[in-house]
Amino acid sequence: MNISVFIRGVLVTAEKNMMIYYNKPPVLIFGLLFPMFLFLAFFMGRGIDIHEFFPAFLAMVLFFTSSSVGPLITPWEKQSGTYERLLSFPVTINTIIMGDVLAGAIFGLFISSSVLIAVTLFLDTAFKSISLLLVSLLLGTFCFAALGVLIAAPASKTPSNIMMLSSLVRFPLVFISGIFIPLTELSNAGKYLALLSPLTYLVDIFHFSIGGTPSVPQYIDILALSAYTCIFLYVASYFHKKNLSKGL
Amino acid sequence: MAVIEASNLTKRYGDAVAIDDLTLSVGRGEVFGFLGPNGAGKTTAVRILTGLLKPDSGTVLIGGMDIAKDPIKAKMKVGMLPETGNVYVDLTPKQNLSLTGKYYGLSKDTIRKRSDELLSELGLYERSNDLVKTFSKGMKQRVSIACAIIHEPSILFLDEPTSGLDVQSRRLIIQIIADMNERGCTIFLTTHDIEEANKLCNRVCMINKGKIVAMDTPENLRYTFEDTRSLEVAFDKEISRDLFNSKFISRMDRQGNKWRFYTIDIDSTIRYIVTMVENKGIKINSMTTYGPSLEEVFVRLTGVIEK
Ligand SMILES: Nc1ncnc2c1ncn2[C@@H]1O[C@H](COP(=O)(O)OP(=O)(O)OP(=O)(O)O)[C@@H](O)[C@H]1O
Ligand SMILES: [Mg+2]
Repeated sequence: MNISVFIRGVLVTAEKNMMIYYNKPPVLIFGLLFPMFLFLAFFMGRGIDIHEFFPAFLAMVLFFTSSSVGPLITPWEKQSGTYERLLSFPVTINTIIMGDVLAGAIFGLFISSSVLIAVTLFLDTAFKSISLLLVSLLLGTFCFAALGVLIAAPASKTPSNIMMLSSLVRFPLVFISGIFIPLTELSNAGKYLALLSPLTYLVDIFHFSIGGTPSVPQYIDILALSAYTCIFLYVASYFHKKNLSKGL
Repeated sequence: MAVIEASNLTKRYGDAVAIDDLTLSVGRGEVFGFLGPNGAGKTTAVRILTGLLKPDSGTVLIGGMDIAKDPIKAKMKVGMLPETGNVYVDLTPKQNLSLTGKYYGLSKDTIRKRSDELLSELGLYERSNDLVKTFSKGMKQRVSIACAIIHEPSILFLDEPTSGLDVQSRRLIIQIIADMNERGCTIFLTTHDIEEANKLCNRVCMINKGKIVAMDTPENLRYTFEDTRSLEVAFDKEISRDLFNSKFISRMDRQGNKWRFYTIDIDSTIRYIVTMVENKGIKINSMTTYGPSLEEVFVRLTGVIEK
């Protein structure tokens, strides 16, 4: 396939998504409010050092924001009957998937870097590795944006059904990850469970780069996040293709 | 030269066959009408021809290119107005057109020029910066067709472009189709409106249950059956269907305050009707005879006759 047509399709799709879906209520509620509430519920009023928990909080913000746009787009397009027109453009399903991932990643990147900058300004954080922080920020947003697009793959034409599924997937992922309790303090079963979650690796690398104690080597974090991104994209592509005709 | 060539297309949904061994070919510059009752498989066929759905078997060539092998290249040549082809209601017509243009790689200038042209042609220029959300159905459909042709495709697929529209929107859209065709664009038109197909199309294909039942010029098709003449009569009173029972009348339909009688033998039918109403003291207000109609042929071929 012609690579420049592919890239153009991805960029236009992302632009479309940004124009239409960024200010939809489900994105704002599930992407912005929920991590705030979780933060309040877990960290506030416990006399916990904000410095110590900032990596976990940042990872959570990144996770929720990046994965909140993707689940909405496809069911919304299917429901409002725009999916068929979209597919008639010179694109393939993969073009559309990458455009959706890009839109989700940009949303997540924008919000989490705002949080990062704000906190840096007010709390004078010492960074151990800014370049690693930026790399993981990028990798993390793409990974979870891809997860968001994967969640949109079921045949449902009802955005609220998919949003429910998205909560069913995302909340357990947060709870099994080494986000609230450091990996080293988890019981054996808990540890293995945590190692299954991509979020664990993001928190870990944030711990390393922002200050804190990482539990696994950084190259493992990067590898794990990259691997999860590829898996999410591949599985998303498979199921979106499979369920295409049910969405027309 | 054929620009759309479908060979032996078959598509199943579970056990149901939506498209059954469909083979057709449409020449460059042709207006090709695709008719069939609800559920005949028209939309499914259009989706396969435009590369949205993969057939279970068979091939589609668009401009000589296999759509399964090079979908992007083939899609570049094609404009498509899907049946449920809504535009983005959260955007303005201008934004919709601009996004569409970008997908086809048009330059900013071309997009601006074409959008202005199309929007004024379609009577939407004043509304070009309002959200499509606030538009009526007909206005939405006009935006939709503008999106289908902004890149000046050489092949245009339209799935029921005028269904449910008022006279003005319908005319505008028909005008656009005619203009596109004049400029050399091949048109594949799916419709329920047989009169429309009759007027617009060089060739008409009728399908039923996924199978082609007829394919010819409207003129030739009209003479498929010999007994497709009809008689339209208005009476001064309500009459009941049972009043007329003659071997000459093959079918009768109520059309508003008139009745339509389909027959092989127009002369005997007129005499018969006159005699029958005379006996009952009913007057005839008007009577018109019609030659063979495409609609009648369609109804017979697709087997949805109400007697
Ligand atoms: N996604 C689908 N899943 C299962 N069956 C389907 C699907 N899409 C279409 N069908 C079936 O395929 C057949 C053809 O449908 P299609 O939409 O192509 O008909 P059509 O000729 O366009 O009808 P209409 O005039 O109502 O638009 C129908 O029997 C329909 O029930
Ligand atoms: Mg249809």
